[in-house]
Amino acid sequence: MILEVKAASFGYAKRTVLRNISFKVATGEFLCLLGPNGVGKTTLFKSILGFLDVRAGEVTLDGQNIKKWSKPRLAKAIGYVPQAHTPPFPYTVLDVILMGRMAHLGLFSSPSREDVKIAEESLEKLSISFLKNMTYTEISGGERQMVLIARAITQKPQLLILDEPTSNLDYGNQVRVLLQIRKLSDQGISILMTSHFPNHAFLCCPKVVLLNKNGFEVGTTDDLITESNMKDTYGINVKIAKIDDHGVDIKSCVPLTN
Amino acid sequence: MRSPDAVRDEFVDNKAGVTDVRPKVKIRKSGLVLVILSIVLIVVFLWSFTVGRFAVPLPELLTVFFRKIFGLPATWSDTTETVLFNIRIPRIIVALIIGAALSASGAAYQGLFRNPMVSPDILGASAGAGFGAAMAILMSGSALTIQLAAFSCGIIAVMLTYFVSKLIGKANNSVLILVLTGMVVSSLFSAFISLAKYTADPNNKLPEIAYWLMGGLTSITAKNISMMLIPFTIGIIPILLLRYKLNALAFGEEEAQALGVDTKKIRFVYIICATLLTASSVAAGGMIGWVGLVIPHLARMLVGPNLKYMLPASVLLGGAYLLLIDDISRTFFTVEIPLSILTAIIGAPFFIYLLAKGRNSWT
Repeated sequence: MILEVKAASFGYAKRTVLRNISFKVATGEFLCLLGPNGVGKTTLFKSILGFLDVRAGEVTLDGQNIKKWSKPRLAKAIGYVPQAHTPPFPYTVLDVILMGRMAHLGLFSSPSREDVKIAEESLEKLSISFLKNMTYTEISGGERQMVLIARAITQKPQLLILDEPTSNLDYGNQVRVLLQIRKLSDQGISILMTSHFPNHAFLCCPKVVLLNKNGFEVGTTDDLITESNMKDTYGINVKIAKIDDHGVDIKSCVPLTN
Repeated sequence: MRSPDAVRDEFVDNKAGVTDVRPKVKIRKSGLVLVILSIVLIVVFLWSFTVGRFAVPLPELLTVFFRKIFGLPATWSDTTETVLFNIRIPRIIVALIIGAALSASGAAYQGLFRNPMVSPDILGASAGAGFGAAMAILMSGSALTIQLAAFSCGIIAVMLTYFVSKLIGKANNSVLILVLTGMVVSSLFSAFISLAKYTADPNNKLPEIAYWLMGGLTSITAKNISMMLIPFTIGIIPILLLRYKLNALAFGEEEAQALGVDTKKIRFVYIICATLLTASSVAAGGMIGWVGLVIPHLARMLVGPNLKYMLPASVLLGGAYLLLIDDISRTFFTVEIPLSILTAIIGAPFFIYLLAKGRNSWT
């Protein structure tokens, strides 16, 4: 499935945050959205997901404008992984993941055995089956984030939108979560994700959307994550280093103190 | 395939030196609990006939039911017939319905507003209904007029809350605005109630208003059953049918939408249904507090937060609970104790007990 944002403006009734944005996510593509706080990354996501109206231009899925799509129809196409937070009620992990089936259920129905099977497959895919019967509010932040990813893939979407999936995670879990997401993209799910770390893009995203005060730019990670672009985006000096790992070049973005 | 433990260890948060306090695996048999609760409800229902003045012993009660159902001639006295069919059965059924209705709307509102501290009167239904009743009493209305006035004012109060919050609310924090507006409307109608009391004749009207507001089922007759059954049926059916979808709202408006739930529509339906249930309950039995707050907590402790089980459990528990309270009200003392007093005296310590015991059922 192809997501296309065509000359779109996003924002709120009284304030347009982003103007004239265009980019494309093709089937199985992994795109990372980089930009400083407040530049409008979340606004962009909210508009694609239909929480906010698109102010101008259009957002299409396989050429169809999604403006008039019903919530279940949109949910079957796009899965959303929000930043993990704690709900007020102690649902079990399986309960939470099964909610990913809601878009596929009739208005009055609840999950069937078939749905439970799909949910269990998602758990297995992410190697978190051991969490199944635990209470969602009592597991760790990293585990909660994985559960939300499992919930999103239980939705069987063709595009996954992840809002800073690595925030609040320790160093090891950040990398593990990212590698799991890359695995999903290898399986043909398109991925659009935000991150605050250019290194995350080096780790797993071939393509980057860069949002900063100069506007926006789309390109390959190697082209866009440069020392000057990082200075423009985040206002700090960085060095892009290359590390040789058994003949494979690994790039890394290192902040400088001056 | 690696063992689940190995996979799990890999994912445990990196807390060096900290003892691993893993949550325990809980498997709930929610379906079984619902069956048990149904049995409890039936037992309480039958027991209610065997206590109080004009108690009907169980064998005789079953004979009456059996012979009535199969159209056999009566073997019991006329007094039993009158007491049973004009007083006891209506009162028991109305107690069941009110308990079930208040608990269902409490459970629905707690899910809708993502807050376990919410009770059915959050949008002003109770205060509005109380005001309607007070006005009708002030104007010397009949029992029927009082009930109709209470019911319609309850609904008007919630409509006021809903439309005012629509008018001033912005798309983003509409739920917060709704709840806050509900508090404003509630206290406004409470002030109107006080005004009605203030102007009421202290010799007859004032005690009547005060007594009505305290809640009670003393004056319930067969007519009340039909008056309650219609709003109860209209209200409870959508609440039960849509209950699985309501789960998504626990994660917030946007996440629920991303899961494919039309949150605006579902919220609207739930507000209408819960209002019907609350307003008709208050109209029939006065302001009975605590039930709609405590029972959903108890249900959540028994079957977990999944509304697929939690809502039916609330309905069953609420019916049994209020029936039991009403039995206590009419049997334990020589004078009937108003229901709101009993629900508070029993409900408040019980709620503390629930909080102490099952902390994780709401945090």
